[in-house]
Amino acid sequence: MAQADGGRVQALLRSEDKVLRRWVEAAETPLRGRLTTGELERTCSDLLAVLGEAVAGGGLDVTSAAYAGARGFLAELSRDWARRGFSPSETASAVFALKDALFAAADEDGEGGESGGDLATVLESSRWVDALGLVTFESFARAREQVISEQAEQLLELTTPVVKLWEGVVAVPLIGTLDSARTQIVMEKLLQTLVDTGSEHAIIDITGVPAVDTEVAQHLLKTVVAARLMGAECTISGIRPQIAQTIVMLGIEFGDITTKSTLADALLHAMRGTGVEVVRRRTGSR
Amino acid sequence: MERVPVLSLGDALLVSIQVDLQDNTVLALQEDLAERIVSTGARGVLIDISAVDIVDSFIGRMFASIAALSRLLDAETVVVGMRPAVAITLVELGLSLDGVRTALDVERGMKILRALSDRRGLPVADELDDDLVPVAEGGGPAAGA
Amino acid sequence: MTTSTGVEELPIRTGDDVVRVRQLVRARAQEVRLSLVDQTKLVTAASELARNTLVHGGSGTATVETLTRDGRSGIRAVFADEGPGIPDVDQALTPGWTSGSGLGLGLSGARKLVDEFAIDTAVGRGTTVTVVKWTR
Repeated sequence: MAQADGGRVQALLRSEDKVLRRWVEAAETPLRGRLTTGELERTCSDLLAVLGEAVAGGGLDVTSAAYAGARGFLAELSRDWARRGFSPSETASAVFALKDALFAAADEDGEGGESGGDLATVLESSRWVDALGLVTFESFARAREQVISEQAEQLLELTTPVVKLWEGVVAVPLIGTLDSARTQIVMEKLLQTLVDTGSEHAIIDITGVPAVDTEVAQHLLKTVVAARLMGAECTISGIRPQIAQTIVMLGIEFGDITTKSTLADALLHAMRGTGVEVVRRRTGSR
Repeated sequence: MERVPVLSLGDALLVSIQVDLQDNTVLALQEDLAERIVSTGARGVLIDISAVDIVDSFIGRMFASIAALSRLLDAETVVVGMRPAVAITLVELGLSLDGVRTALDVERGMKILRALSDRRGLPVADELDDDLVPVAEGGGPAAGA
Repeated sequence: MTTSTGVEELPIRTGDDVVRVRQLVRARAQEVRLSLVDQTKLVTAASELARNTLVHGGSGTATVETLTRDGRSGIRAVFADEGPGIPDVDQALTPGWTSGSGLGLGLSGARKLVDEFAIDTAVGRGTTVTVVKWTR
């Protein structure tokens, strides 16, 4: 592929009108009339113009700098069509349809034309169009990945609220499986909230956590120590029996860390720490 | 080399670190503090590190040393305002600053120092009953009076 | 494939140089948008290693560069000296082991704070420590 300077393909593209007409014809079938012929024609014509420039500047190497414009065009096309409900293979098929047009042109030129109409021309142009089709596929996948990672981030925000329970007491109720990365982000958020709200007590409630591994347990532990370095106290509440088993079996030293069985107990403990005493009113005294 | 200023605040010393700490600055601060505790008779030292963006093992060790030497000189040390990222890094580094008291901010640090000095200070008269008890060594009521 | 850009080198001869190395690493870490905690970890590691270069190596250099690999960015920092070298690397990497002047957290601590850590040392030839921290 590297030695291909694109001379043959360039020659084929020279009969622009014929190529365009055949391309539009071939591309229309997979798109099943969801795009007007006029619109498709305009798109193909624009793309053909950009590709003409690209081949002239960078040969058939679609990764070269001369293809920056063409790649941008294809990426935009992929995004636009995806938004309009085309599947990535439909978009790619429309690009692959360019092959039909190029092969037909090569066939015609076959009788003594400059491109030769031989196997080499067909192979060369076929590879080139494949590469172009893959560009649309890749940009589709990239756009998808971006959406997924954005959603994952939003989900993390949603599932880990740091809430204020009392003046000077903040808590993070953790729900679901904890992995190392998520635990780390939650813990950073909790510690930052201590600073932002001037709270001296933090509660990590893990009632909704089915299991922890060594790494997650270590992160919890480190958070408690980090909170202490910042001048705050951190209580862990809602440790399930299985998790307690894990912690003991893994030999993780929880040392002098305060643990409470429920979030309510932890809150009471924290409130006492801030000098608040909760009392029950005696009933029937009046 | 820059020197970190040490301010006198009542019976406490306040050190607010606002510069990028160089090792020699750290050592000089340690010496300055020891001298100032003795010359002012301070009972507490407050080190505000809310502007410090990294604490490595050398700086961390300074906090521990200052806490230890001030205790020898009958003063308590409180490190205040450590940033979350700094705290997380110190824990990862394996430095837990044992023996160093910490607080969220200067105000809370002062509260800790006041509480400590109240505890060891002479009892104030109006807290006691009418019949005053003689005071013995250590600040508490004499045993068997 | 890893590519590297913007190589900068600083000498480490005085305590002020250590501060300058920290500032350079911080600036470069901000450029590639490392999270605040990761920035702090990297700068702290750089501080430990720059001090080692100064104290144990006598003097040396710090080289900082930006890396890109598979769409992720990272910072590589290399600390090189031509000092006496480390006779027993395993021992030097043991947390708490100290050559005498510190807490023994310099090398072992720096290793815990970064994603990649490499040490090349020989007695009489000097020591080169390379660390890398990647964006999450």
